Amino acid sequence: MTEATPRIATFPVKRERAFDPPDLLRRWQEEAPIRRMTYADGHEGWVVTGYAAARAILADPRFSTRPELLHSPIPQRNLRLQNMNVPPGFFIRMDPPDHTRYRKLLTGQFTVRRMKLLEPRVEEIANARLDEMERQGPPAELVSAFALPIPSLVICELLGVPYDDRAKFQRDSAVMLNLDSTLDEVTAAMADLLTYLHNLVMRKTADPEDDLLSGLIAGGELTDRELAGIALLLLVAGHETTANMLGLGTFALLSNPPQMAALREDPTLIDNAVEELMRYLSIVHLGPIRAALEDVEIDGHLIRAGESVTLAIAAANRDPERFGGGDMLDVSRSAHGHLAFGHGVHQCLGQQLARTEMRIAYAALLRRLPGLRLAVPPGEVPMRSNMAIYGVHRLPVAW
Amino acid sequence: MKIKADTDKCVGAGMCALSLPEVFDQSEEDGTVVVLDPEPPEGLATGVRRAVNLCPSGALSVEE
Ligand code: HEM
Ligand code: SF4
Repeated sequence: MTEATPRIATFPVKRERAFDPPDLLRRWQEEAPIRRMTYADGHEGWVVTGYAAARAILADPRFSTRPELLHSPIPQRNLRLQNMNVPPGFFIRMDPPDHTRYRKLLTGQFTVRRMKLLEPRVEEIANARLDEMERQGPPAELVSAFALPIPSLVICELLGVPYDDRAKFQRDSAVMLNLDSTLDEVTAAMADLLTYLHNLVMRKTADPEDDLLSGLIAGGELTDRELAGIALLLLVAGHETTANMLGLGTFALLSNPPQMAALREDPTLIDNAVEELMRYLSIVHLGPIRAALEDVEIDGHLIRAGESVTLAIAAANRDPERFGGGDMLDVSRSAHGHLAFGHGVHQCLGQQLARTEMRIAYAALLRRLPGLRLAVPPGEVPMRSNMAIYGVHRLPVAW
Repeated sequence: MKIKADTDKCVGAGMCALSLPEVFDQSEEDGTVVVLDPEPPEGLATGVRRAVNLCPSGALSVEE
């Protein structure tokens, strides 16, 4: 058993180059795929940058995702995790068997086959956004014109949340995901959104419609508060993530003209390109974070019960031992097995929905706007280093 | 080869149905794995192993 490697303070989230993980993570990866890291509150935990170890830990039931057990790897989130109140139904922060119960009630709604049925509607939504962009003419800001509205509208329709209320939930989720928000601000935003969703659940109980929330209500297994918590998780996880993949992914393609050209020439590459963009960009760039429930030995390191482990997905997805030449975007590479949707029992519930949205949206964008280009120098694109989900704040484009 | 699926472990992530729809589907009810062909032909063996390896929850295994 090796003893502690030298301690280093806190986890980096700021990327030196728009698409690459922070250099410090890559340096740690070269030195040791799993190593000690000092957390913001002084806790001596671990950071994992190697693919194999990250995957193994994510699949290991001896690690917990409950916030009260987790220490924060970055100073901004200091104290935040342990003080976070997990709303009922918010199963991303629960361990089995609590987690299992909620997840099983939902998985039937997110199968590969169910998502296929949504394709025509997603296609329609993407084309409507492009119609509008063409009508207004260039230049345009791609995040607000395209990347954010598509997944927002899709998740609203799926859940049964009125899209007209988007200003509210987009603002609240932005506060929740901003690493610089204070604990009070996050708590207030979450409470606000929960109240809104709780009211929606009551309206739908009285007046059911043909949507996921009404279906869950009809199932009769969940309380109103659980339903509101589930809706909160699906709404926040369901629009910000895909939106950022669409914005950042387009920026990455525009910055790699040969890859963009290859995808234009052979549209059948799209499934592959989506996986590769997910791997290459790894927009979940802080965590996941887990805590050991008992002593666990991994690669000759003894992780003691109670110690926090940060899984650096962005670095793991570039691990040269798993993805050769991984620092290059290559839409023809087989990127399967990447960890951008996580791994283990919490692996993204909405991944088949996200894949459907990305395939259709990227393909429509490339097809409809053949002259798509950046309208500002690449260095002026504002990056979301301060958000829990990485991406671009804005992407000015012309065509 | 013989495929074994543990629907208690399955978390319905759909990696199996996505990567090898000839062999794997998901139940309409709860999204858990349905093995369409528990003893697939040799020609699909590589695809099956890949799907088993991609499964995030360890619900799938094969007996050679
Ligand atoms: C490209 C887009 C997306 C990315 C990169 C992404 C990423 C992730 C990751 C990494 C996790 C695991 C977190 C952990 O282990 O702690 C996760 C979980 C989750 N995601 Fe996604 N996601 C995306 C889209 C979506 C969509 C569209 C939905 C909509 C329903 C969604 C809903 C969820 C839920 C409910 C969980 C919690 C699952 C559980 O705990 O069992 N995600 N996602
Ligand atoms: S990949 Fe595994 S967890 Fe996902 S549906 Fe198939 S068997 Fe279930």
